[in-house]
Amino acid sequence: MFLKLSLRAVFLGAGGGNDIQWCFSQVKGAVDDDVAEADIISTVEFNHSGELLATGDKGGRVVIFQQEQENKTQTHSRGEYNVYSTFQSHEPEFDYLKSLEIEEKINKIRWLPQKNAAQFLLSTNDKTIKLWKISERDKRPEGYNLKEEDGRYRDPTTVTTLRVPVFRPMDLMVEASPRRIFANAHTYHINSISINSDYETYLSADDLRINLWHLEITDRSFNIVDIKPANMEELTEVITAAEFHPNSCNTFVYSSSKGTIRLCDMRASALCDRHSKLFEEPEDPSNRSFFSEIISSISDVKFSHSGRYMMTRDYLSVKIWDLNMENRPVETYQVHEYLRSKLCSLYENDCIFDKFECCWNGSDSVVMTGSYNNFFRMFDRNTKRDITLEASRENNKPRTVLKPRKVCASGKRKKDEISVDSLDFNKKILHTAWHPKENIIAVATTNNLYIFQDKVN
Amino acid sequence: MSAEIPEAASAEEQKEMEDKVTSPEKAEEAKLKARYPHLGQKPGGSDFLRKRLQKGQKYFDSGDYNMAKAKMKNKQLPTAAAPDKTEVTGDHIPTPQDLPQRKPSLVASKLAG
Repeated sequence: MFLKLSLRAVFLGAGGGNDIQWCFSQVKGAVDDDVAEADIISTVEFNHSGELLATGDKGGRVVIFQQEQENKTQTHSRGEYNVYSTFQSHEPEFDYLKSLEIEEKINKIRWLPQKNAAQFLLSTNDKTIKLWKISERDKRPEGYNLKEEDGRYRDPTTVTTLRVPVFRPMDLMVEASPRRIFANAHTYHINSISINSDYETYLSADDLRINLWHLEITDRSFNIVDIKPANMEELTEVITAAEFHPNSCNTFVYSSSKGTIRLCDMRASALCDRHSKLFEEPEDPSNRSFFSEIISSISDVKFSHSGRYMMTRDYLSVKIWDLNMENRPVETYQVHEYLRSKLCSLYENDCIFDKFECCWNGSDSVVMTGSYNNFFRMFDRNTKRDITLEASRENNKPRTVLKPRKVCASGKRKKDEISVDSLDFNKKILHTAWHPKENIIAVATTNNLYIFQDKVN
Repeated sequence: MSAEIPEAASAEEQKEMEDKVTSPEKAEEAKLKARYPHLGQKPGGSDFLRKRLQKGQKYFDSGDYNMAKAKMKNKQLPTAAAPDKTEVTGDHIPTPQDLPQRKPSLVASKLAG
């Protein structure tokens, strides 16, 4: 059995969630328990090559980490992620007309594929999307005739000879500059942004509307979905997430607070209020309770890399849908079913409204999502095995394999198990990301970022 | 997940339990209704949704504010209590001074430290 496991681990990206032995690699952020609100991590995203890892926080700041080039001598681990750039993306605003505070919290970051030396990403708060250019400067011009090296102007009468300024190498400087600001298009709070596979357009979704933008054009945006009822008293559901299909530039999906997903085709009409497909799992009406709708609300939707499947996350489970089948998901994984008997207290402390995200690994064979107590879960779609791991500084020796965790739902608690009542519901892992090609994952606790890698022998 | 045999046993157990008692979700619902009898008179949807859509709203009416200022010049000003986050209604009209200052983060992220 052990031999089979280690052979599978050799094929990068092909290993299952349980065949991989996850090891702690790095942790970023402050150690102290007193968390400033601004430091709460609100989004995590790898870029297309996996070389860069971006985080956004409640204070409107973006921090980008870069993976070190692999050292030929360091064959026992992949490159570490070190700070590459950090900048203030959004600032708090006050809309005086509506008496609305506009939080600077970064809701989502999405990277553009790299076209030239610079890197581009979109970051958004509740109201405004910004396109940021991150570029490197490693040379500077020296030898001006009219300026000293420190910038002071020379007295022209003291210039007796002329020279040609030349570029000389300098210490690497990484600069971030906002290239486009896409504002004033959303009445409600933006929850998603998604770049189209045409790499020219992107969508932004708020609670009731979805807009289509061109990356070059900031003064115009097309509304493609509008579910606002004529009479707000009739409002029954809101949009919770939206994403473009990874390959078909005309297709996108959006999820709702009622647990449905609608797939829309932009070729059908300019306004995609009528869906092309409606994905919904039928519910047994006898099982319906006060909590049913709340826990069915989808907090995240992600297409597989192949584009054949999509994954949705609701409060208690992760579901995989085949785009060819609308009437039910093809796979359902229980994240923390033991919480079903705690829904009353989870409603009282508002945890029932927590929005967990989910992600695929590069080969679409394993999916991952977060839970409470700084636990996160992985489900291997092929072997049907799952694992629960913990993001904690207690396990922070590099290359030590993480120990699987187990929650005891009821009855006798075995050794090393943790009971449901001992779970810390303030320690939630809402945001996780998986490297597009390798078995490297980024897991965000409240204010710390953990990086785990599979064990490389 | 746990090994095959114990799981099968607990599935049977649970089915038995369900036949005798209501599902855990319904039990939780009963608990909630006992604590908050007026909850859920309307379908759960609209209340949550409207609250969600109104997130961040602070009520400030400049007309009311100026009238109150004029009125208060004649009366004794009640000492401003520490601004709390609950919705303010009634005589105490939120003033620009009461709204918590929104300053951008001047400090760099600790992740970059």
